[in-house]
Amino acid sequence: MTEHPITDAPPTRESLRDWLNAPVAKSPGQARAQSIWRAAKRLGGNYAAMAGLFILIVLVGAAAFAPWLAPYGPFEQDLNRRLLPPSADHWFGTDQLGRDIYSRVLHGASITLRIALLAAAIAGPIGLLVGATAGYLGGWVDTVAMRVVDVFLAFPALILALAFVAALGAGINNAVIAIALASWPPIARLARAETLSVRKSDYIAAARLTGAGPLRIIVRHIMPICIPSVVIRVTLNMAGIILTAAGLGFLGLGAQPPMPEWGAMLATGREFMLTHWWLATMPGIAILTVSLAFNLLGDGLRDALDPRHG
Amino acid sequence: MTGARSGDIALELRNLDVTFGDGDSSVRAVADVSLQVRRGTSFGLIGESGSGKSTVLRAIAGLNGNYGGTILLDGAEIPMPRPKSFFSRVQMVFQDPYGSLHPRKMVRAVLMEPLQIHGIGDRDRRIAEALQAVGLTPDFAYRYPHQLSGGQRQRVAIARCLVLEPELLLLDEPTSALDVSVQAGVLNLLDALRRERGLTYVMVSHDLRVVAHMCDRIAVMTEGRMVEELDADAIYEDRCEDPYTRALLHSSKGYQRKDTPDAAE
Repeated sequence: MTEHPITDAPPTRESLRDWLNAPVAKSPGQARAQSIWRAAKRLGGNYAAMAGLFILIVLVGAAAFAPWLAPYGPFEQDLNRRLLPPSADHWFGTDQLGRDIYSRVLHGASITLRIALLAAAIAGPIGLLVGATAGYLGGWVDTVAMRVVDVFLAFPALILALAFVAALGAGINNAVIAIALASWPPIARLARAETLSVRKSDYIAAARLTGAGPLRIIVRHIMPICIPSVVIRVTLNMAGIILTAAGLGFLGLGAQPPMPEWGAMLATGREFMLTHWWLATMPGIAILTVSLAFNLLGDGLRDALDPRHG
Repeated sequence: MTGARSGDIALELRNLDVTFGDGDSSVRAVADVSLQVRRGTSFGLIGESGSGKSTVLRAIAGLNGNYGGTILLDGAEIPMPRPKSFFSRVQMVFQDPYGSLHPRKMVRAVLMEPLQIHGIGDRDRRIAEALQAVGLTPDFAYRYPHQLSGGQRQRVAIARCLVLEPELLLLDEPTSALDVSVQAGVLNLLDALRRERGLTYVMVSHDLRVVAHMCDRIAVMTEGRMVEELDADAIYEDRCEDPYTRALLHSSKGYQRKDTPDAAE
């Protein structure tokens, strides 16, 4: 610190771009910022990913401002206006109880987002930790962890989530836990594979030669290598998580009526599908759009976060 | 062996034996290797690929704990697993500088970590000094490996060893992955560091010229066995007895003109 003080306090707007593009970084913060900036530029050049990101931002906005954006309340019934087709008054039509479907879809966004993000936030770290530990330590730890993963992977995620929800009881929080429990194993597999490919590498050997213990090596050296692919995988999994949540809702084991959860709406709409298509179609389109957005973003992240680019 | 006094011996191997795998498929990579390295000297191990020379280094470093025989540092046997204090005395430079630096760690973080692990203070000064010692400017601390050339990476890898101020450096073909134009620079750096700091080197290479230039004593290995140990001068003067050593010398001389199959990596 004495010989080369950190003198860069950059954020005047004109110099910020130069600061980020400077060929030689002058402080740890600048080096890190440049690295993030380069990844962001790579992501920005990918139009499909930006479209996905845009849809997700709109969705977050919709979720946050639903009470102000929605023309009606999500539970507001008007039995005189049941099963109306889409019109200027009711953009997505009304359901069998005369509730405005557009308002319900908007309110449902926050529920869907919460389920997806919470499940991912639980499943991602668990999978990463289990996979990296099993891959690095090897031996019986690896065998035990991978057999457990095998058992989980033997069932489709929805079936497994169903079993957990049946054991834990129906409801949205239990649905989150069940989905998280069902979706960590593929992530653990991925993290383990990634770990196996680097555990014999010279930089891990070099870390061992500095005297680092296994915990430090797993957390500080292995995990940073795994994180990009885990982030990508989790993002791509979001679509699956949303669909599983919708599936649980559809089966009546996730969100309970009258909650405007998309899967549950789809389930009630099923009864009217042949005569009043919009009941099932509107939440279905919402699910499709969000799943697609997460997939596009995940694909873009895969290119932007490629470890070989640093 | 030479008649050196025991206090002069920095590193000694007694009947080192390394076997990979068990049963029928096992491979004896190193068989009964004994050698002594005098303090402040440079000891070269040469041989073709697969001769077990790198395995010897990895056994010394403790990266491969499954060895038989004894490894003594300053006359005392070093336990396995290696204690933390061992790593502040012995460090290793790897062959491939593209694989030996963590791709997501800034140079500063790479040099900082050994200091953190060993609880050494005054870290920024030590990092700057280590960079300077390997001929890099202090602002290299804020680069990522992908922003460095091969030679610069190898210098950073050497700096990583130097921050702990070790006595013994294990060099696993430190220049074979580098451009010829850069090799000389790194070799001269290693030579200068050894003289300045009184370091002891054990250097593995398949390049006779490199070893003859860098080392005082040289051992020749093939198929896991050590066939001959000789002075560097003996290489220049062609005084070697073992037929394998002769063949190795011969092949390295004829390298440019004849199209004999090249045994080296």
